[in-house]
Amino acid sequence: MLGFIIQRLLQALLVMLAMSALVFVGVYAIGNPIDVIISPDATQDIRAQAIARYGLDKPLWEQYFIFIGNLLRGDLGRSFVFGMPVVQLIMSRLPATLELTLVAVIGATLIGVPLGIYAGYRPESPAAKAIMTASILGFSVPTFWIGLLLILTFAVWGGMLPAGGRGDTVSVFGVEWSVLTLNGWKHLLLPAFNLALFKFAMMVRLSRAGTRELMLTDTVKFARAAGLSDATILRRHVLKLISIPIVTVFGLEFGSTLAFAVVTETIFSWPGVGKLIIDSINSLDRPVMVAYLVLVAALFVTINVAVDLVYALLDPRLRPGERS
Amino acid sequence: MTSASPFAGAWREFCENRTAVLALAVVVLIVLAAVLAPWITPQNPYDIGTLSLMDARRPPGYVGSGGYVHWLGTDAQGRDLYSAILYGLRISIQMGLAAGLVSLVIGGTLGIVAAYAGGRIETAIMRVVDLQLSFPAILLALVLVALLGQGKTQLTAALVAAQYAYFARTAYGAASAERRKDYVEAALAIPLSGRRIVFRHILPNVMPPLIVVATVQIANAISLEATLSFLGLGLPVTEPSLGMLISNGFQYMMSGRYWISIYPGVALIVLIVAINLVGDQVRDQFNPRLKR
Repeated sequence: MLGFIIQRLLQALLVMLAMSALVFVGVYAIGNPIDVIISPDATQDIRAQAIARYGLDKPLWEQYFIFIGNLLRGDLGRSFVFGMPVVQLIMSRLPATLELTLVAVIGATLIGVPLGIYAGYRPESPAAKAIMTASILGFSVPTFWIGLLLILTFAVWGGMLPAGGRGDTVSVFGVEWSVLTLNGWKHLLLPAFNLALFKFAMMVRLSRAGTRELMLTDTVKFARAAGLSDATILRRHVLKLISIPIVTVFGLEFGSTLAFAVVTETIFSWPGVGKLIIDSINSLDRPVMVAYLVLVAALFVTINVAVDLVYALLDPRLRPGERS
Repeated sequence: MTSASPFAGAWREFCENRTAVLALAVVVLIVLAAVLAPWITPQNPYDIGTLSLMDARRPPGYVGSGGYVHWLGTDAQGRDLYSAILYGLRISIQMGLAAGLVSLVIGGTLGIVAAYAGGRIETAIMRVVDLQLSFPAILLALVLVALLGQGKTQLTAALVAAQYAYFARTAYGAASAERRKDYVEAALAIPLSGRRIVFRHILPNVMPPLIVVATVQIANAISLEATLSFLGLGLPVTEPSLGMLISNGFQYMMSGRYWISIYPGVALIVLIVAINLVGDQVRDQFNPRLKR
C-alpha cells in the first residue's frame, strides 16, 4: 500500500512538472509583455531596464528555472498589470469564486438529488418527464446564453435582482464574504443559479439512474415486505445507497465547476478568479496566466490522486501488487 | 424483403421516433438556410457599403433604409439581424463540422492504434487521454486560443485539442474489445497484414460508436466555439459567428434592446438541442442492449 501511494505521488509530481513546463513555454510564446508594462514612448534605456528587472532578457530555460525555484518558495511572480504579487492577487479573488462555486454545487445537489430520486421512483409520471426535460436542457444549452436570459428577465425587465457585481460583503478573518448579507445574496442568486444548472442536470441523472436500479433490488423488496412506507424507504435506504456515487461526483465536479465559473463570472462581472484569468489573457498579463494555470493543474492532479487513493483504500482489488 | 439494405432498416427505425425526425428536419433546415444564406437574405451583413448607421439598433419589424422589413431587428452597426444570423450560422456550423471531423480522425486513430499496438504505446496514449479527460474542455480550449491567437485554423486546433480525447476513449474501448475476439486472432494467424486487419475488420466495428460521439461532439464544438467567441477569445471580428453576435448585443441588453443578443442565441440553442436529440436517437439505435 505504501509503495502504491509513493508511486502515485511520484507520478503526480512528474505530471505537475510537465504541465508547468508546458504552461510556461506556451504562455511565454505569446505576445511581448514589455509593451504592456511600459508606455510606448519610453526611452530605450527605460525599456532595457524594465526588461532586465522582469528577467525577460534571460534565455527561456533560465527563466523557467527561476520560475520553478520561486514557485517552490511560494512566489509566483508579480502581475504586470496590477503590480502586486500574483499569489496575493489570486488569494484576494479566490473567496468570491469559492463562495459562488460552493453555493452553486450545494444548491444543485440539494435540489437535484430529491428531484432525481422522484424521477427514478415514478419514471412515467408527467412530473418526472418535466424534470428530465429540464435536465436535458441544462446539459445542452450553453451556460452563457442562460446567463443572458437570466439577466434580461430578472435584472432588465423584472428589475428584481442586480445584473452584476458582488454587493455588500462582510469581513470574517480578513476575508470578504457576500453570503453573509442580504444584499450579497441578491447579487449571488443569479450567477449561482446559472452556474448550478449543469451540475443540477448531472445530479438529477445520477440519482434517477441510481434510484431506478435500487427500486428493483431485494433491499427495497424486503423493506416493503417489512411494512415500511415508500417515503421511508426512499429516505432511509435509497438516499443512503445512491449517495456514494453522488459524493464522488460532487468531489470531482467541484474542480470543473471552478473552471466553468470563468464564463459565469464574466457575464455577471463577478470579481472572482475566473474573471481575473479572462482579463489577464486579454491584457497579456503572463505571470497571472501562468500562476492560474499551474494552480488549476495542481488542483486537478490533487483531486485525481485523492480519488485514486480513496478508491484503493475502499477497494482492495485496485491495489497493485496484491493481486493473488 | 430480399434486398432491404441495413440503411433502409435503420432509417425506418429512426422514423419511429417522432421527436428525432422533427429534430433532424430542423437540423437539415438550419443547415440549408446557412448554406443558401447569400440567396435568401436581403443583405450581405459584412459588405460595409450596404450598412447604414441610421438603421442601427432598430427593433424587430422596423423598415430600414434598404426598404425592406428587418423582421428580427438590427444590430449596433445597422446590420439586418436575420441576415447576420444566417451568415453567423454558416461560420458556427463550419467550425463545428471541422472540429468534429478532425477530432474524429485524430482521436479515432489514436484509440485504434493504442488498442491494436498494446504495450508501452497503449499505456502512453491512454495515460495522456485519461489525464486530459479529467481536465475541463472549456479551460483547455480557453488556454489554447489564448496561446495560438485568433483565426479559424487556430480555433479549430483548440477545439480539436479539447475534444479528441473523447473519440480516443471511445475508439479505444471498441477496438480493444474487437482486438480480443477470436476472428482477429484467426486473421492474425493466417497471417493477414496488420493494415488489412485494422482497416477491414476493426475499423468497421469501431465506426458506429464513433459516429454517435461525433454527433454529440459537433454540437459541443458549436457550443464551445460560441462560448469562446462570447468571451472575446474566438474568431476575429471579420468572421462573426453566432457567439460574437450574442456578445456584441450583450452591452445593449441592459438598455432593453434584447433582440441583438436573444435571436442569435435562439438560433444557436435550436441547432444544438436538435443535434443532441438526433444524436440521442442514433445512440439508442446503435446500443445493442436496448434492442428487443
